[in-house]
This record gives sequence, C-alpha cells and structure tokens, in this order.
Amino acid sequence: MTNISRRTFGTLAAASLASLAAPSLLHAKGSARLVIIGGGFGGASSARFARIAFPHIDVTVIEPQRSFVTCPYGNLLLAGSKTLSDITHDYGALKRRGVNFIHDWAEAIEPDKKQVRLRSGKTVSYDKLIVSPGIGIKWGALPGYDQDAAKILPHAWVPERGEQVLLLRKQLEALPDGGVVGFAIPSNPFRCPPGPYERISLVASYLKKHKPRAKILALDAKDAFSKQGLFQDAWNELYPGLIEWVPGSKDGKVVAVDARNKIFQTEFGTRHKIDVGNVIPPQAAAKIAVEAGLTNETGFVPVNPYTFEAIKAKDIHVIGDANIAGPMPKSGFIANSTSKQAVASAIALLEGREPPKDPVYFNTCYSHVGDDYGISVVGVFRPSDKGFVETPNSGGVSPRGPLADTKAQRRLEARYADSWYASITKDAFG
Amino acid sequence: MKRTNSILIVTAALTVGAASSFAEPYKQKTPSAPPLLAQSCSGCHGQLGKGQNGTPVLAGYERDAFIRVWDEFRHNQRPAATIMPRIARGYSDTEIAQLADYFSSIRR
Repeated sequence: MTNISRRTFGTLAAASLASLAAPSLLHAKGSARLVIIGGGFGGASSARFARIAFPHIDVTVIEPQRSFVTCPYGNLLLAGSKTLSDITHDYGALKRRGVNFIHDWAEAIEPDKKQVRLRSGKTVSYDKLIVSPGIGIKWGALPGYDQDAAKILPHAWVPERGEQVLLLRKQLEALPDGGVVGFAIPSNPFRCPPGPYERISLVASYLKKHKPRAKILALDAKDAFSKQGLFQDAWNELYPGLIEWVPGSKDGKVVAVDARNKIFQTEFGTRHKIDVGNVIPPQAAAKIAVEAGLTNETGFVPVNPYTFEAIKAKDIHVIGDANIAGPMPKSGFIANSTSKQAVASAIALLEGREPPKDPVYFNTCYSHVGDDYGISVVGVFRPSDKGFVETPNSGGVSPRGPLADTKAQRRLEARYADSWYASITKDAFG
Repeated sequence: MKRTNSILIVTAALTVGAASSFAEPYKQKTPSAPPLLAQSCSGCHGQLGKGQNGTPVLAGYERDAFIRVWDEFRHNQRPAATIMPRIARGYSDTEIAQLADYFSSIRR
C-alpha cells in the first residue's frame, strides 16, 4: 500500500477516501498493474517473483484452469510411478501471496488500449503485460491430425487437465502384449527437446515390466536429438531390442496419420500400422500470441533478449515456450529462470529505471529413463545484441559410460531430478 | 477505533507520497530485489537457498568455503558431483563472489 499512482492527485485522494470503505479498490486503482497471461511455469513464476520482489505492484494472472498439470513428470504417469495428483498444482499459495486470479480465457490483447479482452467479454487493463501462454498445436499441419484424431492418437503434449496423458496411459494398459507403440516426433523447435525420448524410455520401462513382447517404433523427423548418446546408451542397456528409433534420413519423418486405422505414414510412402500411437504434433506459440500479432513467420514470438519485451509490441513481455530464445530450450526451467528477468525489466522500465544488467539464464533438464536412472543437460545462457548465447566451456550433458561405471551418478541424478521437481514447482506455485 | 486511526494514517501517508512524486510516474523507491543472479540457483536449491527435497542448502554457506567448493566443481575435484561441474564453469569469478556474498548473508 505504499504505492504511488500515475493518476492525478485528485483521483488518488478520492481513491484514498474510498479506501476507508473498500481498501481493495485503492489497491486496484493505486498500484501499477502487472497482468500475466498464463498460469504455467512462466506465468506462475512471474507472479510469485513479482509479489516477493516488488510487493507494491498489483499482480493479476489470467488463467482458465483452476490448477496446473505440469508437462514435466507427466511421463512418469505413463511409467506408472506417478499419479495425476502428483503433478497437479493449485493456485492457493499464489492467491495467499496476494496474486489476483481471473479464471477465464484471455481472448485478445489490445496493445493500443493496454488491455486484455476476456472470453466473458470483460477487459483487464495493464501497465505491463507478461505473456506466457505456452504452445499451441498446429492442428492440420500434419495431415490427418486434428482434434478428433487426438482422441485416438493422443499428443499428451499440452496438459490442460491431464486428459491426454491419462488417455495415453489407458491405451498402454490396454495394449496387447506383442503390440506396437508408435511415436511421431516433429522437427525442431518444439516444447521440451528431450521430452519425446524420456517418454520413449519410460514407456519402454512400463512395457518391459508388463508387456515384454511389445515393441516401440519411434519415427523421428530429425537425425539427431537432445542427449541422444545418453538415451541410446540407456535404451541398449535397459531395454535391448525393445525400441526402434528411425531418423528422418532413414524415412522416419511422419507426413500423415490415419487415426481410424492407426497408421503413421512416412515421407517415402511407408505405412506403419501401430496399436497405440503418440503424435507429438507441430507447434507454434499459443493462439493468443499469434492473434495479437506478436509472432513472426516461425510462429513464435521474437523478443528482446535482455528484457523479453516483444519486438512487435511495447509493454508486452513474452516468456516461456511461446518465444524465440534458441539456443535456450523450450523448458519449464527456462520459463522460470527468464520470468524473473522479464518481470524485473518490465517493472524497471515502468518505473523509469534501467533493466537489470548482465542477466544469466539457466536451464537444467533432467530425464528419467528408468528406475534410479536419471540423465541431464545443463545450459548457462546470456543475452547479446544478436540474441541468446550459451556460455562457452560450460553446460552440456551427463558423462557417458557403461552402467557399471556410472550407476552412482545415474542414481544421484534421478534423485536430484525429484528434488528439482519439488523445488521448481515450489518456486512457481508455492 | 484504533483500526480506523491506522487506516487513516496509512491513507494520509499515501496521499502525501502521491503529491510529492506526482510529476514522476512510478518513480517511487522500489524495495531492492533479491540478487537476480541467485535466481538461477532457486530452480533446484529453492528460494533463499533453503534447499528442497535433498538439494543442498546454500543459505548460510560460509563465504570462503562457497568460493573454494565452487572452484573444486569447476576443476572436477568434488566427489560425487553430478551437474554442478557443468554449471560452475559457466560463471565468472565476480559472479561467484556475488553468489558467495548473498548465500553467506542468509541465515540458515
């Protein structure tokens, strides 16, 4: 409540008087308004950090869901070691920190009026807007893959209420022993670069225990992928003969799907019959970012690497999977890490100060590939005038080596992965 | 009655504040943010370096020990290290000193 409004003294004085009857009105009228679209890792971390570091700012999150189901650790549901409630986080703690929540869809951003229009028809005014809406699936970009097809061939890549990952789990449970689980994996960029391969690993772990004659056919548009050597070592050691991974150059690129007949068709015309199919579809920034005109020809949002302000719109800072931040991955950790610089920059600019100098953006992606078997990739990044740059001679993946030599490290990384999950979800939702 | 008085005082203070910086929107004193550099650590080590589910606690880490251990990570001299050697090589001496100052300043 020690805030100053940009409104006139008269208005503030009137609001102050009104506050005797309704203190919240003063808060709403008197404080600068930071509005956040999206309550995922980027949005929730922004809101929490803003309340801690800038308690004089009024923070509102627009998020249609009442709780958030994380993509990270969703693959452990497929392995059977986690349940939906383990990866669901409500917004109670953020609300107790004083974050206002509007559980509605943000339908449109109106930068000229500095307001967000909601599905209900109401509008929310902002001084600074953080947009962290995640990805949208490009329905139809892969022929045959639309919303109806996703009910048969789940993507399980956008969590919503967890329906998709639960559907995939149910299908795996119903898979006859000896059946084929197909994966269609897209070209870069997509959310969570190691995610498809962690999923392959954990589905393999489930199959090995429960359907030992089943096989995995992983059809990939790419020839190389995140932590490839480590994943393939693990597949050979833990699941020999179970996983066939087909790179793009060997006809791995899925160019059409037939959901009804459960067929993945690849580039050179091969038709692969599968029993359960997971299609990780082509992606772009979520619809709201596209429709607000924030994206470029890539479908994602170009941003200033120091402040995350959208190149195409003033006072709108875009973080998380929706922006263009390569070589940083589209990960929850990067959304969390960059949210803090974005919020600090947005508020500094609002208050006429310089954004924080020399920021460091940080990422660790752990992947579970089996019981007590974790691997990781680390990245330390900094902004430059040409974009984001990985710090030389740092980062990289866990050391490779036969399990006999690396068992202790794999076990520790699996444990630290669990610690990471507890910590990052607390840093976002706690 | 006491409560009403305190609200009035707050309201009055706020009004004075508004008058004094009326010409300079939003240029009030912002409470200093926690060092942003340390935010990189919070993803695993928790806010305020409190640790989380087995991640080492950084709060109250003695300054010189922090710098020494960091250097050991950099040179692959720490036993049972997992991801820290890869992280440690990404930060400058100045940044490490900032982190050491910060974490040593927090009560465990």
